Amino acid sequence: MKNTSLKQIGLGLFLTSVGLFISLTFILNINFKNSHLESLSRLKDEVFAKNLSALNPAPVIVMAGKLSKTINDYNKSVVKERGIELKYTDEFLEKLNNDASAFEIKEINEENGFSGASAEKLREYTGWMEGRTWSDFSSFEMEFRSKVKDVNKSIISEYGIGESSRSQTKLDAILLGAPDYLKSGWAALLIFGLAVLGGLVYFIPLMRMKPGIQNNHIYHNKSQTAKGPAIIVFVLLVVFYIILYQFPVYLANQIALVEPLSQIMAGNASSQWFLYGFLYSLSMLVMGMRMMIKYRGIKYQQFRTLSVIFFQLAFAFTLPQILTRFQLPSYDLKSAWPLEYSYFFDYRVDQYLEAGNLGLYMFFWGIILFAVGVPLLTYFYGKRWYCSWVCGCGGLAETVGDPYRHLSDKSLGAWKIERWLVHGVLVFAVVMTGWVAYTTFSGQAELFGINSYSMRSTYGFFIGFVFAGAVGTGFYPVMGNRVWCRFGCPLAAYLGLVQRFKSRFRITTNGGQCISCGNCSTYCEMGIDVRWYAQRGQNIIRSSCVGCGVCSAVCPRGVLKLENGTEKGRINDDPILIGRDRATLNL
Amino acid sequence: MSHGTVIIGNGIAGITTARYLRKYSDQRIQVISSETPYFFSRTALMYVYMGHMKFEQIKPYEDWFWEKNKIELVQARVERLDVQTKKLILDTGESISYDKLVIATGSKPRFFGWKGQDLQGVQGLFSYQDLQLLEENTPRPYEEGHPTKKAVVVGGGLIGVELAEMLNTRAIDVTMLVRDGHFWGNVITENEGKWIGKHIEDHGVKLQLNTELKEILADDTGGVAGVLTGNDDKIDCQLVGLTTGVQPNIDFLKGSGIEINRGVMVDEKLRTNVADVYAAGDCAELRNPLPGRKAIEPVWYVGRMMGEALGRTLSGTDSPYLPGPWFNSAKFFDIEYMTYGTVSAKPAEGEDQFFWKQEGKNRFLTIAYEKESQKFLGINSFGIRLKHEFFDLALRKGWKIGRVVGHLKLANFDPEFSPKWFKKMGRDFTDQTGIAQDKPGLFKKNFA
Repeated sequence: MKNTSLKQIGLGLFLTSVGLFISLTFILNINFKNSHLESLSRLKDEVFAKNLSALNPAPVIVMAGKLSKTINDYNKSVVKERGIELKYTDEFLEKLNNDASAFEIKEINEENGFSGASAEKLREYTGWMEGRTWSDFSSFEMEFRSKVKDVNKSIISEYGIGESSRSQTKLDAILLGAPDYLKSGWAALLIFGLAVLGGLVYFIPLMRMKPGIQNNHIYHNKSQTAKGPAIIVFVLLVVFYIILYQFPVYLANQIALVEPLSQIMAGNASSQWFLYGFLYSLSMLVMGMRMMIKYRGIKYQQFRTLSVIFFQLAFAFTLPQILTRFQLPSYDLKSAWPLEYSYFFDYRVDQYLEAGNLGLYMFFWGIILFAVGVPLLTYFYGKRWYCSWVCGCGGLAETVGDPYRHLSDKSLGAWKIERWLVHGVLVFAVVMTGWVAYTTFSGQAELFGINSYSMRSTYGFFIGFVFAGAVGTGFYPVMGNRVWCRFGCPLAAYLGLVQRFKSRFRITTNGGQCISCGNCSTYCEMGIDVRWYAQRGQNIIRSSCVGCGVCSAVCPRGVLKLENGTEKGRINDDPILIGRDRATLNL
Repeated sequence: MSHGTVIIGNGIAGITTARYLRKYSDQRIQVISSETPYFFSRTALMYVYMGHMKFEQIKPYEDWFWEKNKIELVQARVERLDVQTKKLILDTGESISYDKLVIATGSKPRFFGWKGQDLQGVQGLFSYQDLQLLEENTPRPYEEGHPTKKAVVVGGGLIGVELAEMLNTRAIDVTMLVRDGHFWGNVITENEGKWIGKHIEDHGVKLQLNTELKEILADDTGGVAGVLTGNDDKIDCQLVGLTTGVQPNIDFLKGSGIEINRGVMVDEKLRTNVADVYAAGDCAELRNPLPGRKAIEPVWYVGRMMGEALGRTLSGTDSPYLPGPWFNSAKFFDIEYMTYGTVSAKPAEGEDQFFWKQEGKNRFLTIAYEKESQKFLGINSFGIRLKHEFFDLALRKGWKIGRVVGHLKLANFDPEFSPKWFKKMGRDFTDQTGIAQDKPGLFKKNFA
């Protein structure tokens, strides 16, 4: 069959799969009427379950809103029963007759309509307001009402469905109400199977080509030069990340798809993170196959690809699920601080310390990894041991991101930004971890007036979600596959410092053989102007070089070689190009 | 008033001259080109056509580099040179004065006056304009319904094989006419030519050996319809690529007083017969080439090395162009080629050659050595990356072949995890030639 037809079929299959995947949010009704009241009750209680079963079936996109309303109604009834009602608040404030000084906390009592735990809380929250002078009554009123709100909020957290469990409850509810065939495993096989099949068919033309460099028509191709189709992929990816992190309820059906796999692996219910891990690993696997085909004949690329696939499947995806099954902390053993920025967060440290000896070993493994493993291995092999052979972000970049590696910005300007940004994030990560570790080990939330929880959530949102997630992966089709690694990863900055100043790794150039064609610079995913070094015969030692080896692969004259060697003479700033005798007269 | 140095031509020779001159001097430097506004790597034009890179990416220096280094770029064509008044007359009518002049106008394709060589659809491949013409002649990069279905490439050499590779990426049926009995017959050995020929044919290109071009046939509209070979075979095609060699681009110097032969005659300091006028690169012809070297060597590396020497000379310190041992490189589809020293296409008097190929792979080499003295003469390596530094030293120091073969492990430049080959090759060498290997100590890493 013709290559173009195969590609069309492959693409068609893949897009069908994507279409089905996305459509799950918009079609297929979520139905609570058929669910057992018992299982629904496990979400919260019988009352809530009854309210749910009263809802008419609707697709996720609509049901999410309905659920929100159901939760709000439920919370309102909780407030009515146990909280502070508006009418009693209004009456209470009226009784004060615009005189704030008349306020006494002992008036917060059963007689006036306040009782039970909520009354106690209100007295506690407003104690400081008694006997205080107020500029006017309205400022007192505003403060009082806000305290009432706080009390109700805490009542809801305790007895209703609070902020922190709202998202999870909605998700769990939809999972219960999702059609059974969706959760059976066949739906997943169909949808993901189509995508995988599409990919494999699409790769057949690549298999037909001879082993060698296969970069033909990349710059003739709109989807690889940040035009129309690439922009669509970019938008889809960013939207996916935003929904995954901030509005996971809209992915509930898709999460249900992988429920059986989650049960098999972890004995646990599926979640958006399991779905994410599954998609991540699956796409790495399929695109990894493409790498193996594309780089036939270049063992370095093939071994490296197998390595990142192994570490992702075994360490990042499977092992943590199995650990969960055995009720151990689910830890990705290859994940090193500061990339794994939550390492010293209190809930994590507690997890390890509560998990007996094994937990303790895991905790110390993590410390040894970043404190000893990183500098030692980087000394011997350069930062490539992690960034190109082990890291999950790197693994996705090298497989799924391979079609986009040439989009990295090679200009001097980009490098200037890179230097400041990536080391800035490292400083932020170190400072944030310092604050958080202080909290974890001392129990105090504030240090020098800065709250460690707000610092950590700021870091988590901007660096963890926006930068590493949405920008890091979403921007593949427009800015290349290593945007996070190059501009944001604090571990990369740390590894890079070791590589630049104390390492045996370098990319050697072959004498005077460079013809300045520019393939190396074009295909360098880190935006290094490799050609600048090669054409003057200078070794390439850059803190950003992840040792992917693609420059060496695409060089048409074999000028570049990644190698580990003696430190002596590694950095040669003033090289002499071999080829002629430099006899000069009249010296 | 100082006019400084003016360089005609912004290729590797002209630009390297400018760069090295600027390294050692503050004098005014102007570079004139009628080809492109900025220096680009000619060797990479093929990758632009194939879609591996954009044109912007084959420029070795970012555009701000020239202003930053005070190298003025002039876009114009030089019509005439007046050595009496030291002026260049441009096609715009303007003139540029110079204190010192460097002629670095490079090569142009060499045609042999075939009937039909001026038809539409017939072209050489050298300049940026040739690339643009090729794009026009073969529109729509990868569609199968486009008008250029078949092409004939005349000349089995470096540019020919690159052109064939380029056309292959656009679903064009390519037939290559090779005058000799094997591909690149006057440079590589018969064994090597045979394997390269097979590789080329594996890519779907038809090779017609021992075949010359007789005539190019026209259709009704002034375009190409086909070619007639020396064997009177007719081959239909819509495109003819004439890659039968290059010659110095110096027509504009006729009658100027500069001594020219095939190229601009220069001494080892790259001076022409006229004071303050120099030449470098493809267009220069050495009066006294070094033994074993040619008078004209139209090769990227030579242009660069001449530029290095000339730039230094122009700054005031005489620096003759003294090339070291010969080296060159190329790529034939997926097989990389590098050569160090001299391996004769047919073994010369007193020269022995050893050919070795790795079983089942496109990796092979030929080493040449003096029969009597066993002195190492040169190596052609295909698909095996070897260190330039190693062979530069071996040739300068006059190593014997036994030592070269014995130390080959230290010349390894293949990427990590590549198949190992030196042991087998060394054993095969000794078995076949009877010459023992002179090996280094077990832990020796450097080869000096």
